[in-house]
Amino acid sequence: MKPAPFAYARPTDLASAVEALAGNADAKVLAGGQSLVPLLSMRLAAPAMLVDINRLPDLDHVTSDASGVRVGALARHAAVLADDEARRIQPLLALALANVAHATIRNRGTTVGSLVHADAAAEMPVVLCLLGGSVDVVGPRGRRTVAAADLFLGPLESSLAHDEIAVEAFFPALAAHTGVAFREVARRHGDYALCGVAGLVRLEGPRIAEARAGYLSVSDVPTVIDLTPALSSSESLSDEALAAAGELALAALDPQGDIHGTAAYRAQLVRALTARTLRAAYDDAGRRREQP
Amino acid sequence: MTTRMFGESVARVEDDRFLRGTGRYVDDLGAGALQAAVLRSPHAHARIVDIDVSAVLDVDGVHAVFTYDDLQGPMAEPLPLLIPHPALTHGRTQYALAKDEVNHVGEAIAFVVADDRYLAEDAVDKIVVTYEFLPPVVGLAAARAAERLVHDDVPGNVAARLQQHVGDAPSAIAAAPHRLSLDLDIERSASTPMEGRGVLARWDTDSARMQVWTSTQTSTGVRAAVAAKLGLDLGQVDVITPDVGGGFGVKIVHPWPEELLVPLAARVLGEPVKFIEDRREHFISAAHERAQVQHVEVGFDDDGRLLGLDVEFWHDNGAYTPYGLIVPIITSTQLLGPYKPHNYRVTFESLYTNTVIVTPYRGAGRPQGVYAMERTMDAIAAYLGKDRAEVRAANFIQPDEFPYDHHLTFQDGRPLIYDSGDYPQLLDKITALIGWDGFEAERAEAAARGRRLGIGLACYVEGTGVGPYEGAHVHVETSGKVKVAIGLTTQGQGHQTAFAQIVADELGVPFESVEVVTGDTRRMPYAVGTFASRAAVMSGSAVQLAARKTKEKALRIAAEALEASVDDLEIVEGSVRVKGAPDSSIALGTVAVLSNPLRYAFDEASGAATQFSVGDPGKPPVADGEEPGLEAREFYSPERSTFAAGMHAVVVDIDPDTAEIEIVRYAVVHDCGNLINPMIVQGQIHGGVAQGVGGALYERMEYDEFGQLLNASFMDFLMPYVTEVPDGIEIDHLETPSPLNKLGIKGAGEAGVIPSAALFASAVEDAERLTPSGLAITAMPISPSQLFELRAQHRKDPS
Repeated sequence: MKPAPFAYARPTDLASAVEALAGNADAKVLAGGQSLVPLLSMRLAAPAMLVDINRLPDLDHVTSDASGVRVGALARHAAVLADDEARRIQPLLALALANVAHATIRNRGTTVGSLVHADAAAEMPVVLCLLGGSVDVVGPRGRRTVAAADLFLGPLESSLAHDEIAVEAFFPALAAHTGVAFREVARRHGDYALCGVAGLVRLEGPRIAEARAGYLSVSDVPTVIDLTPALSSSESLSDEALAAAGELALAALDPQGDIHGTAAYRAQLVRALTARTLRAAYDDAGRRREQP
Repeated sequence: MTTRMFGESVARVEDDRFLRGTGRYVDDLGAGALQAAVLRSPHAHARIVDIDVSAVLDVDGVHAVFTYDDLQGPMAEPLPLLIPHPALTHGRTQYALAKDEVNHVGEAIAFVVADDRYLAEDAVDKIVVTYEFLPPVVGLAAARAAERLVHDDVPGNVAARLQQHVGDAPSAIAAAPHRLSLDLDIERSASTPMEGRGVLARWDTDSARMQVWTSTQTSTGVRAAVAAKLGLDLGQVDVITPDVGGGFGVKIVHPWPEELLVPLAARVLGEPVKFIEDRREHFISAAHERAQVQHVEVGFDDDGRLLGLDVEFWHDNGAYTPYGLIVPIITSTQLLGPYKPHNYRVTFESLYTNTVIVTPYRGAGRPQGVYAMERTMDAIAAYLGKDRAEVRAANFIQPDEFPYDHHLTFQDGRPLIYDSGDYPQLLDKITALIGWDGFEAERAEAAARGRRLGIGLACYVEGTGVGPYEGAHVHVETSGKVKVAIGLTTQGQGHQTAFAQIVADELGVPFESVEVVTGDTRRMPYAVGTFASRAAVMSGSAVQLAARKTKEKALRIAAEALEASVDDLEIVEGSVRVKGAPDSSIALGTVAVLSNPLRYAFDEASGAATQFSVGDPGKPPVADGEEPGLEAREFYSPERSTFAAGMHAVVVDIDPDTAEIEIVRYAVVHDCGNLINPMIVQGQIHGGVAQGVGGALYERMEYDEFGQLLNASFMDFLMPYVTEVPDGIEIDHLETPSPLNKLGIKGAGEAGVIPSAALFASAVEDAERLTPSGLAITAMPISPSQLFELRAQHRKDPS
């Protein structure tokens, strides 16, 4: 479990990092290393070069304003999780981050790194998609903003070019009259989820105006499904409406079996967690309406 | 009188270094040593056509590469079959490096030594092996079908078939008022210690000595193996066991190929060589345990009392049988637990598969046996509509029936005779501790909240302290410090604490002045090893005997110096004194000085022992029958094993939608005779329960049909985290002393893990109520996904 030989660069400014990356077609960015380093050690990945961005300045920020939360490429999960202002502006961040692996991994792993790793079993890509966030990337052709909907192409595949570095993620603020929730089932605490659901419910008066949910581990890419049609007719959430929402979600998902759970079991988790997450998001919206 | 240390929860002297990270493990030793890596078979079953190492030889930093063709003499022979048995008619062991054929993914093929492990792994990647694929045999069904063979010369894949019986079980079952049949499955798991295997060797050309440091459960075993295989005299080989980061059975196999190849390379290269296993290697090339398929036929009366029990099981021994039949023999005998079967027949086949070898893992066959027996008890209770505790109680061996002879042969080749115990009292304690009687109210209250609660109970008896022997050497230095050496090794059990407690009591010295060394063949060359919950019984008894003998010698010498009778002397706080006249005393260190008559004085203390200071000029300075030095060596060799017992109970809370299984509370009642250190025993139980939860609810070895292990990492092999094990474990003890040793102790090391599969099967079944009567859970471990599928199956076919 020792990596194969690789070249190593640790630039101290962004332009040099982009240059190093552009100069080697087989180079990979190293940030927190919580996914990449195990792959290297097991020799499942053997890039010719690592461009370590940990010395780049001014990328470890977590800044919040009324529009949302901006997370720099070197901000660790733990820092985002501990940020009270971020939690106030967009509570779904902390709800989801508490499910990201274990404290030791969150101390090193970066939120932006988790996004561009584009693992459909990870929590933060789903959160970004559900909230309609974006990622800013810098490459030889300058800086651009990639919307969440355009970021995830396939399993472990993002739309970033090889020579682009993700520098910042933007998570929009929680809208008025809106509640959020996150639920997942994993075999052990902190493991990759067998199924996870991020839910968002917006109320107009007593009525559900919008209900959407993002799913992890039950499709190839993070998937957000509009469940409003199943719920909008009811003024309070009935078990029947929640069950219908689960079936609606399942129709758009493709749970696969593996050694930890059969496809049928994961489908059952979609049903159960859709109901639980939507109910919790609905209750959250109600609480927020009462305590603005 | 000094406070008695035996029975006190003395804080472990080991913990300071472990908790501060200053323990010394094999990989902390031998800085600068060359490092080895192993090319392992990527295929489960293949013939080796060619091995091309030419690309490796020129690599800078590579010192040597070995394949089978480089091995000579005993090294070219198969590894030892450690425990032969007459029924093991087709025992097979591997070669240190594969010869012509590989029989599991992970089998060692080539051994590379380089400047560091990175280079060694690069070199391994450059070796080209040409294979001719053979069809693999994976799983017990394929092994039994025998359409394919693991070893061409082993018909039916059967390594051994063994039957034992007492009475006439088939007739008793046929005549019984009630009969049941059960078909049961239990999956593989593994020891998975935190520290994997590791070995460092240094060949000293000047003195022609081999020194080996290895992470083992038996330094004397490795020593004998290294000497035999490398053609060295035993006296040329030292094996030293440094701190070991857990063993749980897997490190009792000796030698591992690497334990021979590292010393061989060190000798060939004339430089220290080290091998440190990585986690993937541990999964695919160490050892596993547990997999069995079982068939039970049982006949019983209206009270659920056993009249006849006929068990047949098939044991997956993996690709080779270096450890003989120990695991299935233990299953077949310890299955009986605290019960009287009246008529019993047990038959097993030990079968080859193209998977990692199976050798003892904590519990060592007992978890499977207890699973078969306790599932049977639950099935009888369900069939008769009786309380599960009541059915068990109807079958207990009673306290006045000890010693109880089962008329079977145990794993040590000796009769299966239980020495002592009180099972009815254990049952009273466990049912009180878990709240067995009030549970229905609790279940109803949870059901009102939409939760499914279930309660489970499982009982076991564990033969511990097997022979043949262990020894101890106790030496009092002239400083008064007491140095103790035992031959068996330690992997975190707290031996340095527990044995110091025994010595402090026996010798009358302060606990702090006793220092215990384990597993160093230079200090104690005669020893067996640490396994089968035997260290406390075996080495503890030997330590007591050696300390007692040392004390007797101290008293003889002191009696002369104090001009008193031995009978009037006592040793208190490290001083020998006349009873009732504490002013007339002599420090034990001074007795040590006097024990060794000197010509020369090297310091003030030793001056007292020189020729013009001491002794009767009319007698030889060392009396007839005496030896110089205040020390003694003693061995303890029991007639047979001593039998500990226990009962576990658990309450689980199962999610009706997601089938997630949560442990509400867990209780253990345990009887390992007299407790040396209750805190250490409690720690053993905590660790065992954690491992048992893993084996029952999380862990399994996921082999695919090609013999590839799909979960050979801690990401996919689900060893429980602290978040998965119960927050608290209620523990109560019963202390029924063993009559077989003077300390009255029984082993405690494995107990915590033994009943888990049976226990959780019982509790989950109770919570789920999948069938109106009878058995629903017949395969363990069980995951939420499997439970969900089981629910679906019973909805479809509610029989």
